[in-house]
Amino acid sequence: MAKEYELNDVEVWDGNFAASQALRQAQIDVVAAYPITPSTPIVEGYGGYVANGYVDGEFVMVESEHAAMSGCIGAAAAGGRVATATSSQGFALMTEVLYQASGMRLPIVLTVVNRALASPLNVRGDHSDMYLGRDSGWVQIDAYNAQEAYDLSLCAFRIGEHLDVRLPVMVHQDGFTTSHKAQNVYPLKDAVAYKFVGDYVPVDEMLDFTRPVTHGAQTEEDWHYEHKAKQHKALMDSRPVIDAVFEEYKELTGREYKRVETYMMEDAEVALVLLGSSVESAVLAAKQLREEEGIKAGVISPRCFRPFPYDLVREALDVPSLKAVCCMDKSAPGGAMGALFNEISAAAYTTQSRPLITNYIYGLGGRDFAIDEAKRIFKEQKAHADAGHITTNIQQFSGLRGPKLGFYETRRG
Amino acid sequence: MSMTGSVAGTDKRGIRELGAEEKIGWDEVQQGVVLPSFDGTTENAAFLKPEEREYADFNSYTATVASWRIVKPVYNRDICIDCQNCWVWCPDTSIISRDKQMLGIDYDHCKGCGVCVEVCPTNPKSLLMFNEAADNDEELANWPVKEKKAK
Repeated sequence: MAKEYELNDVEVWDGNFAASQALRQAQIDVVAAYPITPSTPIVEGYGGYVANGYVDGEFVMVESEHAAMSGCIGAAAAGGRVATATSSQGFALMTEVLYQASGMRLPIVLTVVNRALASPLNVRGDHSDMYLGRDSGWVQIDAYNAQEAYDLSLCAFRIGEHLDVRLPVMVHQDGFTTSHKAQNVYPLKDAVAYKFVGDYVPVDEMLDFTRPVTHGAQTEEDWHYEHKAKQHKALMDSRPVIDAVFEEYKELTGREYKRVETYMMEDAEVALVLLGSSVESAVLAAKQLREEEGIKAGVISPRCFRPFPYDLVREALDVPSLKAVCCMDKSAPGGAMGALFNEISAAAYTTQSRPLITNYIYGLGGRDFAIDEAKRIFKEQKAHADAGHITTNIQQFSGLRGPKLGFYETRRG
Repeated sequence: MSMTGSVAGTDKRGIRELGAEEKIGWDEVQQGVVLPSFDGTTENAAFLKPEEREYADFNSYTATVASWRIVKPVYNRDICIDCQNCWVWCPDTSIISRDKQMLGIDYDHCKGCGVCVEVCPTNPKSLLMFNEAADNDEELANWPVKEKKAK
């Protein structure tokens, strides 16, 4: 029986420590992990809890992130509650196996500390790794600060393990900005947290010797399509489960989460759409602009990046006063518009308001995104709104040195 | 299939073509492609002979999975010494043996790899590879004779 960890009502934790405490409280059976900056302290912390008797689990040291997720899959198929952590290049190496985990419907929790992808090699935070996972069939939830990293990690087990879902879940936080910034965190007591997460209920577990099963079967053109469709349906059907888990967590803690977070959108004329710790900067910028210049600014953030909340994004955008929206992607777009721009635009196309939508690439490799820059971008949206059309290139780059870089002009009058 | 006695009488191996089952839709396929080996639960499958187990439809035991074979082993009972080498080495459990007596080849699962022939220690060999279309009885009638050791 694991020892109770003594916790104060308020702790000073960084995002990594918050996530590792959530894994401990969920009493993970197996963590198979390989270290990588900036997520290492999460699994390092879990290893410490195992060694010191705070969790009845196994820590498996492996030779790579590919092996880490493979070990997690084996342990989850065997019937255990399983989690690990990674970032950046480790996430990239894990990618092949991420698809296996979701296809095999194993509710593994992966705490991802978002970091840029090489080349050039970079340890700072951007969303390249998070974006790399967006077609992998996992639920992806984004935390903007240490408290949220803790809260959402606990929620992740409830969501993934729900019998209507049975899919793996990533909980993202920004490298360094969140993972290494100590903040006030209000944790639950061990017993309360575990009661919320609940006992693990295995499904088709390999360690049930009375019912031997094969995991990881091959299917060709006659079966593969049906299995992928069923998997997609489960991911889409996770939406009400996520809503219900967030609702229950609010009743327990008073902290409210939504698949799409909206700030001051009720009467907004201009809005930014973005993810991660930048959301908090954008909200501050919007508040200041409302007070200082009377610009009706709002912020939208699809906290649940996958399944993409097409339904709630559309609701958030369908504000009659809304004229111009800027989607901000913290990932190199690789020859396209940013992913948020594409997905938000698609949702906006079926709304009555049909706001003007532009795209900013920002914050790559940890480039700072400050409140003043958020205000400047809000004002640019206001200029689009006043002109009735997009007055700049549709895709631009924020905080980039050198001559102005931009692509595409509007064909709407 | 060259199988004898009680094994052939009760065995359901290879009774269907793989892929010949009714094609169900996305809503009915097994979650996570998890395939149960047996119908219902079992307490003692490890202690039962294959022909006594209640294999599920998902188990390839009851399916023919050897359609790609282009060469096949033929077994000559008259020369075999029941050493069980082929049974040990066969990668697809396609050598049928009971009470340490070799009974024959499971042609519904054998892929024709030839390992059994390679490991057969008799002279001449008790297993030889032939074209898939060859007639077993004809080949048995023309089996090679013992090779004399070179002096």
